[in-house]
Amino acid sequence: MAMREPTIFECGAPGRGASDQWPTPSPDALADIPPQLRRKRRPALPEASELDVVRHYTRLSQRNFCIDTHFYPLGSCTMKYNPKACNQYAMLPEFLGRHPLAPAASSQGLLRCLHELQEILKSVTGMGAVSLVPMAGAQGEFAGVSMIRAYHRSRGDLGRDEIVVPEAAHGTNPATATMCGFRVREIPVNADGDVDLAALRAAVGPRTAGIMLTNPSTLGVFERHIVEIEQIVHGAGGLLYYDGANLNAILGKVRPGDMGFDVIHMNLHKTFSTPHGGGGPGAGAVGVSDRLAPFLPIPIVGEDRGSFRWLDETDLPQSIGRLSTFMGNVGVLLRAYVYVRMLGRDGMRAVADHATLNANYLCARLAALGYDPAYPSRRASHEFLITLKRQSRMYDVSAMDVAKRLLDLGFHAPTTYFPLMVPECLLIEPTETESRATLDAFAAAMARILAEMQNDRDQLKSAPHAMPVRRLDDVRAAKQLDLTWPGAPAGPVSASP
Amino acid sequence: MAFIPHTRADVEEMLAVIGVGSLDALFEEIPAPLRAAELTGVPEALTEMQVGRLMRERAACDGTPLCFIGAGAYEHHVPAAVWAITTRGEFYTAYTPYQAEASQGTLQLLYEFQTMLATLTGMEVSNASLYDGASATGEACLMAVRANRKSTSRRILVPTTLHPRYREVGHSIAGQQGLVFEVVPYDPARGTIAVDALDRAAAGGDVTALVVQQPNFFGGFEDVDALTDWAHAHDALLIAVVNPISLGMLRSPGEWGQRGADIVVGEGQPLGVPLSSGGPYFGFMTTRKEFVRHMPGRIVGRTLDSAGQEGYTLTLQAREQHIRRAKATSNICTNQGLLVTAATIYLSLMGAEGLERTAAAAHARTRQLRAALLGIPGVRGAFDGPFFHETVLRLDRPVAPVLAALAAQGILGGYDLARDYPALAPAMLVCATETKTDADIERYAAALERILAPAPPSTANS
Repeated sequence: MAMREPTIFECGAPGRGASDQWPTPSPDALADIPPQLRRKRRPALPEASELDVVRHYTRLSQRNFCIDTHFYPLGSCTMKYNPKACNQYAMLPEFLGRHPLAPAASSQGLLRCLHELQEILKSVTGMGAVSLVPMAGAQGEFAGVSMIRAYHRSRGDLGRDEIVVPEAAHGTNPATATMCGFRVREIPVNADGDVDLAALRAAVGPRTAGIMLTNPSTLGVFERHIVEIEQIVHGAGGLLYYDGANLNAILGKVRPGDMGFDVIHMNLHKTFSTPHGGGGPGAGAVGVSDRLAPFLPIPIVGEDRGSFRWLDETDLPQSIGRLSTFMGNVGVLLRAYVYVRMLGRDGMRAVADHATLNANYLCARLAALGYDPAYPSRRASHEFLITLKRQSRMYDVSAMDVAKRLLDLGFHAPTTYFPLMVPECLLIEPTETESRATLDAFAAAMARILAEMQNDRDQLKSAPHAMPVRRLDDVRAAKQLDLTWPGAPAGPVSASP
Repeated sequence: MAFIPHTRADVEEMLAVIGVGSLDALFEEIPAPLRAAELTGVPEALTEMQVGRLMRERAACDGTPLCFIGAGAYEHHVPAAVWAITTRGEFYTAYTPYQAEASQGTLQLLYEFQTMLATLTGMEVSNASLYDGASATGEACLMAVRANRKSTSRRILVPTTLHPRYREVGHSIAGQQGLVFEVVPYDPARGTIAVDALDRAAAGGDVTALVVQQPNFFGGFEDVDALTDWAHAHDALLIAVVNPISLGMLRSPGEWGQRGADIVVGEGQPLGVPLSSGGPYFGFMTTRKEFVRHMPGRIVGRTLDSAGQEGYTLTLQAREQHIRRAKATSNICTNQGLLVTAATIYLSLMGAEGLERTAAAAHARTRQLRAALLGIPGVRGAFDGPFFHETVLRLDRPVAPVLAALAAQGILGGYDLARDYPALAPAMLVCATETKTDADIERYAAALERILAPAPPSTANS
């Protein structure tokens, strides 16, 4: 087991620092700052040399699983390979050094990339217009639901205060609806994983602003009644929101616009392979049908005879407004742009084909080993659900035990306990960039775990054993809050101004 | 290039295991009329070599102008070590650290980040970041509504000295939950919050929170002690919006007034993140321990493992959307982990002294710039009083054509205030940081002087 890595506050020594990196202002540089505004004590920041810092954070990096080192079948997160070219070409010095308020005249190269990305995303999704502004999937959802609200209000249709959400939806869906001032109506899903149409019919009416739907759903199956759902919701005067978390499954195969959706968000950090960066940044571009286009968040990139500029509130006076200080996560957008240009038209379909192939193959392999797919009668999409309800009863093991043991065996765990409605579940998304050999190795690890359930339960229940730490006490973390390093010394008195 | 490793034989054998005859058969549950035709709007694939050339050409088009714009995004020196480590695949291609045991690197780094931001802002607790400074300010307003039990009005006082985009984003994010943003004007002589206007606003009923940016959008200093005490005397929370570099030398919000600020937010970009055309950046948020359960975003805690050793994990998840769903504190799912990685390394390299020196060096350049530009006929200062690393200058003619003429010479001369502050026009906000040299400032001043100079008699050109 790895040794404890001290905190950065324990590295270095008082008085040490990466001083070669520090500027040398003249002693009177701050002479005009009123003394009563000055800090009396310096902040208790690390005092470490550059090499101390480099070693510490390099060692910390080695305590992470990541796509570059491990298979990462995290359902609903699309942890596919992040091509190195995307990073390299998004980080060209001109793009990195460009101030966000630089005039359009000296930004034509960037604006052209973003405009083309808007056009490509329109084509892929079958929507009428796209805004790249939202900085994450959840902010894309927020923008989408805000546009639904703005649309109804613009028509004087003020009674629509409910959003319908299937029980299997991502937690961000109901949270977003609440943030936008709506009441959430959850509807059940039937035994085959499709939305319960009778419940939907009963739920919609003059108070329905819209429905939020993921298709393929979070259960890893395509919603087969999408045409009926579209008719029911539109028939009641509501709009359809597409959560693009699972867009990877249907790229080039079926388009949300053709399914009748009015607004969608895309997770560019999933489908379009921008890196997850340990939890962000993402990018949650939104697409809308023509009737919602006036409400898109600003700014968006407009084109006029080969010249590009930002469109803002003067061009889109009904916009839901700004969601970021400047223009969203431009660097993420550039990475997605490089990726879609390399993928091209045919690559899109190949992604969906092989993501679906990998999921169905792995599902078949695990079923043959004795694991239970949650929806055995259904074709898997790009991901599939396993339920350990039976094993949990027979061997007193949990999905969490399996997840932790997988870490020991060299695999990141699948998504656990989501969707909440399926007991002891693992949501497994291999993605198209994994080879058959990797899937076979994962299946072999799952076979070993199944054997351990019967023969070596302790090994499984006490996993992980090969990580830098053993299983962590989350209850203690929440009850005895320790959110900052207590050993950080009180800051020294500041040098006098 | 789709980065798919399958051989033809793999595909055949895998289809056989599944028990279907073709890849198309895997999509049989999609109703046939919905199947997509060819994506004619998507161009044909490029190779990596082709896309590299395309991107270099696009980038070259935009050049590398000399930048004197700040207005919320600042060009500071970024040590090479920062991004050399941040772009390591182990940080770059990891996911949110849900599997704590396999994510100790990211989790410990976030814990160290929380510690650094807490000490920098003088507060007790920090989250692991939000999207950017503007959206963090919007989230702080929503949080104030949850945290301030003494107020039922949902009224937030928002001075016009707060960054105009922050005000707009706050409205977009929080406006739909019934928050009322009441605008407080600035004192035209000083460019700071007009305190008598606060009293007028308070007369209209209880106040949930007052937002104070320090240094404010114009680069000026608010009377933060008086404003903080004013807020607390009115049972309002004080939301501080700060530039983290300035905290290298300015008193922290935790030390404002008698009791200190309640929620501190800001834009993290100056801490090791390049200008990057506007993002990705990160927002930060710190607060008092008593408000921690009202705080949005990921939070990392230190705990023990089953063998009694210390380790790190995401905590207080009961606030979050994946558990609480419709009752969550926010719909936020991601943080800006990669940018926080950069900022944590940056702060480790800078330390307190490096940060203070960076603040001083940036400020010294702005003073030098201001002095150089004020020497040009047609340029004058807008406000009395001290400022930090950014200042407002007024011109004797509309700003936009002047900035366009400067841009044509490769100089981004400042941010035109005409749209956001028409009463101030013609005025612009200028900024210099430690990255600028004497020669850069002389070049700007000489160009501006030529542009503002009276046109020579037409015969001189013939």
